[in-house]
Amino acid sequence: MKIAKTAIAGTLESSDVQIMIAPNTEGIEIDLDSQVIEQFGKQIKKVILETLHAYQITNAKIKVVDKGALDCVIIARLKTAIHRSLGIQHQETPWEGLTK
Amino acid sequence: MMKERLRRTMMFVPGNNPAMIKDAGIYGADSIMFDLEDAVSMTEKDSARMLVAQALQTIDYSETELVVRINDLHSEFGRADIFAMVKAGAHVLRLPKTEYPEDVVEVEAVITEAENYFKIPVGTTLMMAAIEGAAGVLNAPVIAKASDRLIGIAIGAEDYVTNMKTKRYPDGKELFFARSMIVHAARAAGISAFDTVYSDVDNMDGFLDEVRLIHQLGFDGKSCINPRQIPVVNSVFQPAVKEIQNALEVIAAIEEAKEKGSGVISLNGKMIDKPIVERAQRTLMLAKASQLIDEEGNIHA
Repeated sequence: MKIAKTAIAGTLESSDVQIMIAPNTEGIEIDLDSQVIEQFGKQIKKVILETLHAYQITNAKIKVVDKGALDCVIIARLKTAIHRSLGIQHQETPWEGLTK
Repeated sequence: MMKERLRRTMMFVPGNNPAMIKDAGIYGADSIMFDLEDAVSMTEKDSARMLVAQALQTIDYSETELVVRINDLHSEFGRADIFAMVKAGAHVLRLPKTEYPEDVVEVEAVITEAENYFKIPVGTTLMMAAIEGAAGVLNAPVIAKASDRLIGIAIGAEDYVTNMKTKRYPDGKELFFARSMIVHAARAAGISAFDTVYSDVDNMDGFLDEVRLIHQLGFDGKSCINPRQIPVVNSVFQPAVKEIQNALEVIAAIEEAKEKGSGVISLNGKMIDKPIVERAQRTLMLAKASQLIDEEGNIHA
């Protein structure tokens, strides 16, 4: 799927994560800001790459500001940003096959 | 999930708050209600829906009943909420502002559509209806019987008192008719009755008085908006040791009578009939949930 529009989801509150997805010409670029980057940086990037893969997104810039979010919160915020970018956020059946 | 179960406390959790969703399971509520409706702003309906769907599939809430309050079916969010929550495995969908039995029937049709779409057995997702206005209160008996999926009905007092051109008073007299209607409608339909939230979380004495009142009226439980309210509700609903002893004796007496093949059962010279047995069974269910007796019936109080 092609990301043509910048979209953002999530907040900067504790246990949340704010994720911005934007168009990119070559590959996936992840810019990660987290207080727990030493311990969880690799895991956060892995979760993001897996989620992008599920949507077959191969070109995107992802800006992540993590405030200690669980994996399921990271997935939810990224999916929300993707759905907003694609304009499908209130469709009733983007759920099939997209849930982890 | 069972239609019939203990529902003393239903804790409200805003659907777009990751910190509260993460911790919701640790306070011992019988049911958790994730809110996609009034607790979520119009611009964040999509993110709350996605967050709750993801959390329901990931976080282990053990035996807690998981309820999701969806947006009005006729809003732009309603159908997406239903499809997402059916897929995510919510146990119960709570309908807001129910006024007519048709409101329940319409939502049920969309739930069935979603279950078919995701190849989930039809009937898996249960429902409850919140009644929040004069029309809903007057129609409560037919609303409560509108679908086999209904596990209960609830009174939502804030909207109701506004609709009635009054406000909430400490003694709750303004809610007496509505509460009585809800609990009668629920009992006639054989489903649960839930009382409204108590918003003043710092007034624990006022909360305790209200819980005692709704317990006396026969409600199954109360909606809670703060974890501090949960032990207060449980303490009111927990039976006294004397009641537990009596209930154990009643059950022992009917078991003995069954063994002897005796038709008439008496205990200490008093006849034991069906309502007494039912009350004893409910007392023991509450006693077990309050950990006052163990599986063998030994009292630990």
